[in-house]
Amino acid sequence: MTSPYADPAETDDLGLAVDPDAPVLEVEDLRVEFATDDGPVTAVDGLSFRLHPNETLGIVGESGSGKSVTSMAILGLLPSTARVSGSIRYRGQELVGLKERQLRPLRGNKIAMVFQDALASLNPVHRVGAQIAEAISVHRSDLTGADLDARVVELLDVVGIPDPAARARQYPHEYSGGMRQRAMIAMAIANEPDVLIADEPTTALDVTIQAQVLEVMERIRDRTESSVMIITHDLGVVAGVADRVMVMYAGRTCEVADVESTFYEPAHPYTQGLLGSLPRLDSRSSDRLARIVGNPPSLLALPPGCAFHPRCPHAEVPGRCSDERPELRDLPGGHRVACHRSEEIEWRPQEAEAEGAAVHDVEEVE
Amino acid sequence: MFFYVLRRLLISIPVVLIASFLLFWFVRETFDPTARLRTSRDPTVIQRETERLGLDKPIPVQYGKWLKEFVKGDWGTSNRTREPVTDMVRRALWNTVQLIFWGIVVSAFLAVAVGVFSAVRQYTIPDYVLTGLSYIAIAMPPFWFGLLAINLAAFKIPEWFDLDERPVDFVGLHSARKSGFNKDYLRHLVLPVMTLSVQIIGSWSRFQRAAMLDVLSADYIRTARAKGVPRGKVIFKHGVRNALIPLITVMAVDIGLLFGGLLVTEQIFSIAGMGKMFVDALLQGDIAVLEAWMIVVAIFVIVFNLLADLIYSVLDPRIRLS
Repeated sequence: MTSPYADPAETDDLGLAVDPDAPVLEVEDLRVEFATDDGPVTAVDGLSFRLHPNETLGIVGESGSGKSVTSMAILGLLPSTARVSGSIRYRGQELVGLKERQLRPLRGNKIAMVFQDALASLNPVHRVGAQIAEAISVHRSDLTGADLDARVVELLDVVGIPDPAARARQYPHEYSGGMRQRAMIAMAIANEPDVLIADEPTTALDVTIQAQVLEVMERIRDRTESSVMIITHDLGVVAGVADRVMVMYAGRTCEVADVESTFYEPAHPYTQGLLGSLPRLDSRSSDRLARIVGNPPSLLALPPGCAFHPRCPHAEVPGRCSDERPELRDLPGGHRVACHRSEEIEWRPQEAEAEGAAVHDVEEVE
Repeated sequence: MFFYVLRRLLISIPVVLIASFLLFWFVRETFDPTARLRTSRDPTVIQRETERLGLDKPIPVQYGKWLKEFVKGDWGTSNRTREPVTDMVRRALWNTVQLIFWGIVVSAFLAVAVGVFSAVRQYTIPDYVLTGLSYIAIAMPPFWFGLLAINLAAFKIPEWFDLDERPVDFVGLHSARKSGFNKDYLRHLVLPVMTLSVQIIGSWSRFQRAAMLDVLSADYIRTARAKGVPRGKVIFKHGVRNALIPLITVMAVDIGLLFGGLLVTEQIFSIAGMGKMFVDALLQGDIAVLEAWMIVVAIFVIVFNLLADLIYSVLDPRIRLS
């Protein structure tokens, strides 16, 4: 599968002898298990996806759907209680099973990460500039002293921090929330990585600040020609920046499609449910928001068949949906979905809203 | 910063005054300096002594008189040795300062090392061993530890290994007619400093371990790893630096404990320091010496607390002293 967004002309600039369209990152049948007191928990269950050059992939899902665990698995940052199997290849190089020491040259250099909650993610006792400088100096010994300082200031300037030279000497607690997240981004792009993984980069930020941070991320991507994985539970963020969207549920992929198809022709009832729950500016104000009934399943006791079937308005129960686990399959137009009934169900936003509202009235939680 | 320190010192003056008054009052109520004169055949001697010492006046008046002279630099004379208290304190303080200095240095260094090591190797055999040892250290009374240590290091070990000379000494801080920082000094220092520090190392290392575990699970440690920072640098530059912050508070509070430990340690190792001076004075109701001791200890505690706050603000840029 080739991404329609990978422009060969641009990828040539990467100066790589390999096939310019070859995926930067290939994840195949990734499984992550955690040993817990209540038994093993499968946080990621057979996940496969590819990240193409200069592409932005949005990964969407609720808490516990395995999206953050996936990103941590790529960099080998999971705790030792995690068992990772399957394959993660960065430009053909297998990362699963590598030792910390072998992964280190990649971390922050070829694959960099922006974390959620920049206040907690920046070290409170070191100056922001020093933390960015460290990201550079661990990978490059040629840049030192004034050159290194100049590079740090340049990076802070790139992410839109005013008066970067003075700001570099400040501590994280002296920054505002949005500036801290931008400093995180500056740190992540310090070595112009091939892959930038952003884990909930805009969560806990004001909407206006969110927009600024996303704008910075987009600008950075265009500048550094890196591929971006943006992990979020916010469909609005995905709609704004992603080329393709992967929707995850209970550690598995339910749907992968380009961003337009995801929003206009969602094929999986879960995606449809997520979209139905978005407030719309063009709907009548008296309309209630639709919602997905129930809670995400416990990973300790996943429902048989399709993990989503207990919450699915279209499920055949008893039947295929409760008996047989749907595998990811191709639909026309590069759209992939893991649902038995995708062809039979039709996405009509209005109807979904009405349906959701009806359910809402019956249960009446609030 | 300067004004902060000044303010803190000014605030602590009433604290010292209240503490010294309470001590004065309690000692006056429990000890009668004329008691040893009761066997005298002269019936007027008690009366004369009482008037000479001003014991017939109310306690606050007596305290006021003592304080006035104390501030002027006249700390009185010991009613036991008839020696000026200032001379006694000067001699005792120097020995004590040496013990406390080495006690803090050794305790802090070992506690941080053990705590960090245990945290990094959490739930491994070395961690369990160190945990067990630290609980033994906390549970062991210092007087018992001191005696055991003397018996082992000064008697058993030379016997087992057939040594001509003891590896350590256990009386005083120097051999007779010796002084200065040399091998002789270190030989004398080992056991008392160990005795003084053993409980503190035990508790500080537990504290450091907990603080370090907290820090190791922090998001900024993950960030450092994600940057590709090598493990050792993650632990020391990003970890220990943060984990020291809570320990500093505990250290400042525990400096008082060190003074408690001195009472026992100096007694066991016959070191003429503040602890020994205090015990001797207490047994005799020697109020001038007790008061002097109390004030010196109070100043120590206040200075160390202030020092802890200053170090705190250096380690943690989020704390600004004003």
